[in-house]
Amino acid sequence: MTNSAKILRNNGFLFFLLFAILAAAPFILPIYWLIILTEIIIMGFFAMSFNLLFGFTGLLSFGQAGFFGVGAYCTALLIQNGIESLTLILSAGILGALLAALIIGFLCVKRDEIYFSMITLGFGMMLYTIAHNWIGVTGGSDGLPLCTIPAIKLMGWEVSLYDPRWMYLFSLSVISLGVLLLWRLTRSPFGLILTAVRENKERLAFVGANVRWVRLTSFTIAGGLAGLAGGLFALFNCMATPDFMHWSFSSRPVLMTVMGGSGIFFGPAFGAAIFFILEQLITNVTENWMIFLGAFLIPIVIFFPRGILGTIVELVKRRRES
Amino acid sequence: METFAANLLNGLSWGMLLFLISVGLTTVFGVLGVLNFAHGSFFMLGAYLCMQIMHIVPSFWVGIIVGPLLVGGLGVVIEKMLLRKIYDRDISFQLLLTFAILLFLDDSVRLIWGPGYHVVEAPAILAGTIPFFDHTYPIYRLFLVVIGPLIGLALWSFFHFTRWGKVVRAAAVDREMAEGVGIRVPLLFTAVFAFGSWLAALGGALAAPHQSLAPAMGERIIIESFIVVVIGGMGSFPGAFAGALLLGLLDSFGTAFAGRAQMALPFILLAVVLLFRPQGFFGRET
Repeated sequence: MTNSAKILRNNGFLFFLLFAILAAAPFILPIYWLIILTEIIIMGFFAMSFNLLFGFTGLLSFGQAGFFGVGAYCTALLIQNGIESLTLILSAGILGALLAALIIGFLCVKRDEIYFSMITLGFGMMLYTIAHNWIGVTGGSDGLPLCTIPAIKLMGWEVSLYDPRWMYLFSLSVISLGVLLLWRLTRSPFGLILTAVRENKERLAFVGANVRWVRLTSFTIAGGLAGLAGGLFALFNCMATPDFMHWSFSSRPVLMTVMGGSGIFFGPAFGAAIFFILEQLITNVTENWMIFLGAFLIPIVIFFPRGILGTIVELVKRRRES
Repeated sequence: METFAANLLNGLSWGMLLFLISVGLTTVFGVLGVLNFAHGSFFMLGAYLCMQIMHIVPSFWVGIIVGPLLVGGLGVVIEKMLLRKIYDRDISFQLLLTFAILLFLDDSVRLIWGPGYHVVEAPAILAGTIPFFDHTYPIYRLFLVVIGPLIGLALWSFFHFTRWGKVVRAAAVDREMAEGVGIRVPLLFTAVFAFGSWLAALGGALAAPHQSLAPAMGERIIIESFIVVVIGGMGSFPGAFAGALLLGLLDSFGTAFAGRAQMALPFILLAVVLLFRPQGFFGRET
């Protein structure tokens, strides 16, 4: 008991430290790197929502970009129709993605392992083809540009999201709420049931839990949060395009999570940071950075299945114990 | 009548290419238990290597023989050095490893041959067109429609009548039992993976005169062959054949009748099959 209290206090302190550093970033970092940091936290949050499904529930989805894109399109459509409340806009993104995830998840959670991955890949691509071909609504392959981005209006005080600093701070505050929700969720009894589904679904079914329902709930929440990330990403990029839904985009949270470590709460976000920093460093030298990404991933998958952050945490723990 | 026949032939020729890819994918899955994301990259490498060899020796037939063999060799290296280390791991790691290989190979192709399109000329006998109702039809597509079933028949005979083929099927049914009766499973795994890579590359080389080569050609076909393998039943040879034909025809007739919505048809088919027959047409109960 005292031990877990200590861990909690430790974690609380670390969370606070991380948040403080991230909140201070706009005052320290040059604008260029701040924009990259914005992308890192949005994609990191996307990866963390994916990890609710992968790391906690044990389901590897290759179609999360579908829900990310639904969130982006809902956000973009609302802005195009002149809605100015950011709360409303992002909520629509979440709701749209929740609904899509509920319907698609209902079909997907019947199967697991490789079948689940293939089915989610298929449905993700189905959403992609819809976005690509339903030109009247989605603008086809050009996507929906956002000509005006609503400003933040808070108690008579107004700032523009065109300023990268405010865009960053806005994303950071929305994402912090999302991360808190994820943290609460994974530490709740429901979070424990998710882990139980991952570890041994037969035994869980024996003791009376409805495995399909648990998986569907996890799938729906992960989809909704992916929609939130997508909505932010649309604001950040000033557009929503079908590329956001393509399966190569779905592979990003997967790669980030594996790089960072799926067993650690912040592992996926850490992976996202490595992903984008590597991308920046390598694309300075060559266009073909995927070669390096592939070459970097192969040894991680083979030798460090816990990911980079996961391996570091493991080493620290072992040192403390000895 | 003419449009119908043209659609039928178009669908069959694309279906035959899909079949060559899917049969390798499904065999590798059946025996090794690994679903290979990089399979489409082998297909692409087959096409590009065929083209490259034709620059050195200007013969399509040399390209189509040597190119796939090189890719088969690459398959041996990948299986022995990489895949072998993770057979006992969770299935998601295998998927991720082959995905990392895909990233590496696809971008390597882009680096070596550039992001643009390339064209491979069909050999003289198969180039050109023949009269077809009031119009003409490319001979090469007819060649694909004929060669596909021939290769399929050869593969089927191999699996059913040769000792090696039977060993492969035995290992697909029960790996441990196969090991128990003295089959050298590690060797078999390498052989099957190399065989699958060779088949994919052969499909790529055959596809080369049929479509233009671009670094994205592997991506399109891997998604479609995943669908083929899932709806046909994972690990099933007849399933791969039926699924590939169905998807090929869906492609050509879908484009004719559904227009832009055609792109979504394979995924709708996937959803319907999974709802009513989750193990696929020829799959075993899981």
